[in-house]
This record gives sequence, C-alpha cells and structure tokens, in this order.
Amino acid sequence: MKKEEVEKRPAGSLKKEMLVRPIRQGTVIDHIRGGQALNVLKILGIYGTTEAVVSVAMNVPSKVLGSKDIVKVEGRELEQKEVDRISLIAPDATINIIRDFEVIEKYRVDLPERIDGVVKCKNPNCISNTLEPVISKFMVNKKPVELRCVYCEHVISEGIAEHLI
Amino acid sequence: MSRHIISMKDFSRDEIDFILNRAREFEPIARGNTSSLLSGKILATLFYEPSTRTRLSFETAMKRLGGDVIDLGSVESSSVAKGETLADTIRVIGNYADAIVLRHPREGAARMAAEYSKVPIINAGDGAGHHPTQTLLDLYTIMRESSLSDMKIALVGDLKYGRTVHSLAYALSLYHADMTLISPKQLQMPDVIKKDLKKQGARISETTDIEDVIGDIDVLYVTRIQKERFPDPAEYQKVAGIYRVTEELLGKARDNLIIMHPMPRVDEIDPSVDRTKYARYFQQSFYGVPVRMTLLAMAMEAI
Repeated sequence: MKKEEVEKRPAGSLKKEMLVRPIRQGTVIDHIRGGQALNVLKILGIYGTTEAVVSVAMNVPSKVLGSKDIVKVEGRELEQKEVDRISLIAPDATINIIRDFEVIEKYRVDLPERIDGVVKCKNPNCISNTLEPVISKFMVNKKPVELRCVYCEHVISEGIAEHLI
Repeated sequence: MSRHIISMKDFSRDEIDFILNRAREFEPIARGNTSSLLSGKILATLFYEPSTRTRLSFETAMKRLGGDVIDLGSVESSSVAKGETLADTIRVIGNYADAIVLRHPREGAARMAAEYSKVPIINAGDGAGHHPTQTLLDLYTIMRESSLSDMKIALVGDLKYGRTVHSLAYALSLYHADMTLISPKQLQMPDVIKKDLKKQGARISETTDIEDVIGDIDVLYVTRIQKERFPDPAEYQKVAGIYRVTEELLGKARDNLIIMHPMPRVDEIDPSVDRTKYARYFQQSFYGVPVRMTLLAMAMEAI
C-alpha cells in the first residue's frame, strides 16, 4: 500500500516530521489544494477550541497541484457527508484511513452528481433561502467545479467554501 | 400525459412542436366555439404577485374548455397572510383542484411546489426565473404570424435581468434561429447563457442599436426594461426609455416583419405603431389562450 508522501521524507528532516507527525488512528486528508486546509477544518467542525489531535501542513510543494495542504485528524474517520463537502473545495483530495500507523484504506474524493443540504444558494431570492421546508439542492459540474441550484438555477463557481452550510 | 410545467428546459423540440400543433386545433375554441374537454375539472390559480393578464388568460382557457376555476385571492386576505408556507398551501389546494397555476415572487418556487404537489403545477412565473407558458405562446405567435424555420429575430431591451427572454432565446435555439441581441452594454445577455445558446446551435450577434438590423429581420421582439429587476435604481435611470420603436424606425423594415411584445408596454413601442401591418402584440396576447388550453389539457391528461 502506498505510504503517505510526507512520511517518506528522510529521517533527517526532523522539523517536517514534527509538523505532520504520523498518527496512530484516524484520517489523513492529502492533496488538498493549497490554501484550503482551514476550510477543510471548518467542514470537519474543528475550530480553535478543539481538543482533537490535529496536524495541518500548508503549502507543501506538490508535483501535481503546485502546492498542497495536508490535514491529519487523530481518532476520527469521516462520514460520507463530510467527504462530499471536502470534495467541493478540494476535488483532488485523497482520504487515507489510518489504523496502527498503517494506511488501511486510501481513496480519492469523488464529486457527487447532486449535493443536498451542503451549500446555501447565493441567490437571496431563491425559494431555498426562505422558511419553506426545503433543503438546498445543487447539480454538480465537475470540471470546472460549478454548482447549479436545482430551484433557481443560479450557478456558484467561485468561493464555494463561503457558501457551505 | 400528466406533468408539471416548470421550465422550458424540461421540453424537447418534439414536445414543443406537439404543443404548438395542438394549440392550432384549440384556436377555434379560444375564439368562442364551445368545448367540454375539461368539464368537471377544477383549476386553482395561486398568484402571490399580481399578473392580471396571465391569470385571466388561464381562466379564459379553462372556462372555454368547460372547466372551472378557483382562485386563492389576494395574498393579503388568504392563509398566506397568516404565515402558511407555500409547501403547505400547495398540499392543501392539491386536495381541491386537478391542477395548480402558480405565480410566485421567489425563483425556484414552482420547482419546489412540484415536489410537494400531487397535482400538476404550471409555472406562471417565479420571480426573475421561468415563465414557460409565455415562451410557448411567443413561439406559437411566431409560428402563426411568421415562421419558426430559417427565422431572423432581434430581441430588444433588458437581456440581462429579463430571464423570460432567456427562456425564449433558449427555445429559439432549438429552432436554430438567427438571433440578434440588442441591449445597452450594461444589460447584455450574460456570457454563460450565450454560451449555452451557441451550444444548442443558435447563431448569435449583438448590437446596441435597433437601426443596425431593422431591415434584415423577420421578428422584432421588444421587452420592457423592468425597474423592479434592478438592484440599483441609478442603473435603471441610465437605461430607462433607451429604446423606442416608432413608425419612422420601421421605414426600413422588411414587408413581412412582425413586432412582438409580452406586454404590458410602457414606452418601448409608440402607440402609432399599433396601426401598422407589423404590430402583432395584441394577437400575441390572444394566442396565450389556445396555448394555455393545450397545456391545461395536457396537465389534466385530456389529450
């Protein structure tokens, strides 16, 4: 099984290993687009007051992405809804599930065709932004990532993180 | 077939042709011949914002086909004023009526209503969103008064906020129409929509001046620049009254030109144009009746 990129660095690079130290049990989210790590933490509900053991690496050079962020969360595996949210702001991210320091499962996030109850429509006059008993629904275009509201058809193409519920 | 009628994008070209051809058959009834096609059926009209023309046209269509109409009345005097949600209203009215015509100020309202309704919802306008029955009657007018094939049409006015024009342009693209978009720079059709239209096979050009194309088009479709759609009143003032179709302008028009307008007009078309052979906007409003008859009959599975 492919080991996580940062962990393969030479042992001499102590500082980097301390920054993103291996975890015993939990989830490593790798290949997050540079600059999106804090939004990923927001999706996971991890704020400044968290007691969770969390490592964050930002702007790590990456051949594929130019620069990438990495988030490691000890003692937690993600729910599908969280993965769906992450896929919207980090469509290249990979999820590594770690047990006893070993990667036991690794997969790339996959944008769903439709996403419900995750993003708030940016059109203030949309029926989904009222007291009606309706949850937001968006059809997802994958490349480039664009969300089209099922109700009012407004498109969100930039700053998706700002519209996450 | 029974179905909701929410957006033009839900219709294929074949389905549109079917509707237009059936509307032709309903025209004598729209002119006064009697019919009992929808006898015993009840249509509910729910207008959360005023639209006399559309409501009366639906009522006329239903009654000419022998059906009955119940009306929510003004929003201020109904359950809506007590804070009832649209979702609840739809579920209640669906117990009384065989179909519901809905006009609502919020975009996407008809789509949501369809999720809650056990009877067909016909969208009669959702905010700045869709108004498919208007688009279908526009197409029908072109079919009856001009031609839908090899047609050159100019769309004039607010092409940015006027989303019913977007629906019409989308439908015209299914007929590979040659479209000229005429608007002031700040009211041009959004790029994302133009891209969609071109993908559908439309030929599109743009200008700011009607005179540039008046001698070269079959249909001049004029729209009102709607003050209520402007986020900034100062922006509205800059473009209000910018286009005015006059007899003089029409001096260079083709003989077979037709002029359309969804109405109501303000000052976009000079009243003197009404007397010319080009004016078709009053016929256009009549054609709303046979087209809506067809849609009602479809929704209630009578055809």
